[in-house]
Amino acid sequence: MSLLYTYDPVIFSRLLTSLTLAFHIIFATIGVGVPLYIGLAEWIGIRKKDFHYILLARRWARGYVITVAVGVVTGTAIGLQLSLLWPSFMQVAGHSIALPLFMETFAFFFEAIFLGIYIYTWDRFKNAKVHLLLLIPVVIGSGASALFITIVNAFMNYPVGFTYENGLITDVNPIHAMLSPAMPSKVAHVLDSAYLTCGLVLAAIAAFALLKGQHNTYHRKALKFTMVCSFVFMIATAIIGDLSGKYLALYQPEKLAATEWHFETSTHAPLILGGVLQEDHTVKYALEIPYGLSILAFSNPAAEVVGLDQFPEEHWAPLWVHYIFDMKMGLVAMLVLITFTFIVELARKRGNIYRRWLLALVVAAAPIAMLTIEHGWIFSEVGRQPWILRGIMKTAEGATRSDHVDLMLVLFFLLYLILGVSAARVLMRMFKRNKVEDELALYKQ
Amino acid sequence: MISYELIGISVLWLFLYGYLIVASIDFGSGFFAFYARLTKQDHLINRLISRYLSPVWEITNVFLVFFFVGIVGFFPDTAYYYGSALLVPGSIAIILLAIRGSFYAFENYGSKDNIVYLFLYGASGLLIPASLSVALTLSEGGFIIANGESVNLDYMALFTSPLSWMIVILAIVSVLFISGTFLAFYASRAEDAPALRLMRKFALFWSTPTIIAALTAFIYLSQHNERHYQNMMDLWWLLALSVSFFMLAMWLLYKGRRYGLAFISVMLQFFCAFFAYGIGHYPYILDPYISIQSGATHESMGVALVAAFIGGLCLLIPSIILVFKLFLFNVDYVKGKK
Repeated sequence: MSLLYTYDPVIFSRLLTSLTLAFHIIFATIGVGVPLYIGLAEWIGIRKKDFHYILLARRWARGYVITVAVGVVTGTAIGLQLSLLWPSFMQVAGHSIALPLFMETFAFFFEAIFLGIYIYTWDRFKNAKVHLLLLIPVVIGSGASALFITIVNAFMNYPVGFTYENGLITDVNPIHAMLSPAMPSKVAHVLDSAYLTCGLVLAAIAAFALLKGQHNTYHRKALKFTMVCSFVFMIATAIIGDLSGKYLALYQPEKLAATEWHFETSTHAPLILGGVLQEDHTVKYALEIPYGLSILAFSNPAAEVVGLDQFPEEHWAPLWVHYIFDMKMGLVAMLVLITFTFIVELARKRGNIYRRWLLALVVAAAPIAMLTIEHGWIFSEVGRQPWILRGIMKTAEGATRSDHVDLMLVLFFLLYLILGVSAARVLMRMFKRNKVEDELALYKQ
Repeated sequence: MISYELIGISVLWLFLYGYLIVASIDFGSGFFAFYARLTKQDHLINRLISRYLSPVWEITNVFLVFFFVGIVGFFPDTAYYYGSALLVPGSIAIILLAIRGSFYAFENYGSKDNIVYLFLYGASGLLIPASLSVALTLSEGGFIIANGESVNLDYMALFTSPLSWMIVILAIVSVLFISGTFLAFYASRAEDAPALRLMRKFALFWSTPTIIAALTAFIYLSQHNERHYQNMMDLWWLLALSVSFFMLAMWLLYKGRRYGLAFISVMLQFFCAFFAYGIGHYPYILDPYISIQSGATHESMGVALVAAFIGGLCLLIPSIILVFKLFLFNVDYVKGKK
């Protein structure tokens, strides 16, 4: 055992941070996206005087509280872990990027206050719109906290707004630090993919009920509404994804090059799909799209794309990010296919969106969307290795040197296991006990 | 012109005080709920507790997040020293907070009446203040081994120090005292006589250990950190005020009237003591590694943080007032009619 096992706090810090983030982003995504759908449903319900939509908002909100609870506690965990596991990094970050971190807690505060009010004031106001208005700060707060925390992450990918000399940070401009070139595409991508994923998750719930034979208007309305929203966000994702690629080509060419196994700087660069990398950096079994990479990077088939040869090998990201990226794009392709098929069926005169295979696909889309988010983050984070602050601080320099990180890893793994299982059980029990039919019947009386 | 780092630390200290009060109410009520279940008195107070806590538990949590993000922002060196040294107690606190927060939500919004949840909820309520108070102990100095590359907590020194144990005990008993007084006040607003009787008993019971623990911790502090002790002695009038507020609260609780005023006195009692402690700590955040001046962030960042803080407060204060109006001071809601 002792031969295989060596204690290295850097490795364990990285593992523990990835574990916490991987678990947290599931709930964070739901936290950002679902309030929008709750708000839209309640708004439609009030406008059309349609109780189905009001009930949708109510039931989503009830489940949402459970996911928020897990989101809050894991968010607190990652917030503290940043200082516990990456003390040297946070020391530098405190000087340069504390402002958006601080503003994130305000956004979170704002959201927490109004969510509490919203949940506990159904039926308390004579005017239904007042209650709806309470949700606006929740949507804004959750969106803003995603915005600010993504700004911090963008800064880590492309730090700006200060001068760095001999290990010291000077001339800090906090506003400029927030406006990293990585910021616009990252923020747009994070928000949009959260809205898309939540649309698909809520659609999957409706599709699942329909598949199980609960054919009532409530689920039908839910399915149509969420899938149409998802379709809109899907289109937005395509545009933003393209922007992200162009950002990489301009500002983080080494990440793009590692992703696409583009070893030598060249014009007319091809895009590599799939494939297996050999020891000598040649690629086997890949599908090559001529000019693909040049088009992706600069919208010009003749454009020159910087290759890994421009960077010292110790600054390369692990080359397996290519596999992660391809898997992510594969998952995205599946999502595009599912949403488009659904919309075509919906728009076609003779279309039938309640076919069993289509419903099954919609159910499958939810976990696929979540997996895409996980893959996207793994790609983004591993792709900037070996840096924790690109060009300034290596990940290994930022990590703690304390003992017992390995033990903490085990403890947190157990914690997330318990939280995940319990949250799922509580959610399932909650909706099994309160059937839609019963609640609808209650209303009709 | 007051310096930005002084504004920063004052604001953060104020927020830590805010957390101390709201979290104490939360942590203590968890223990009371569990204890009441064990002694079959839960029908008396559980509804009261959950009516208050449900809309605000998330807000309580944010106070803590706010504090630790703020202190890293204003004083980045704290991330390095406290972050390195507190890995184990900090992680334990996170795990307990996570279990507590999520299981509170599971129990309250999901499946009711699970005794295991209630036990986790009650037990963690006492362990969290204990694990968090390690940070306070640490700040006194003498519990950190810093050599060149690494900073580690000196567990031997920590576990054998009477001061650190006294701070833990003080944290736990004050949690129960603050929470008991608040719930007595809340019960009186709800005009819930049986709950009020029970909570008044709890509040009175925990008052004595609180004041004894406070005095004992003070004596141990004089042995551990002479400078801090002397500074606090210079602020004797603040400590005297604190004791007077304590006496006032005791008197009101004993007489069984004006529970609102009693709770305010308890808040002021802790306010005076907490600020005497904090001001006496000046200029160190971590004795002797981080002082307020040497550890502060760049001026531009400090000014930006203060600006963000003012902007944020403009949003927060009206929102918190709204929460108070809707839940805390809305008699119909408190009584359970809404």
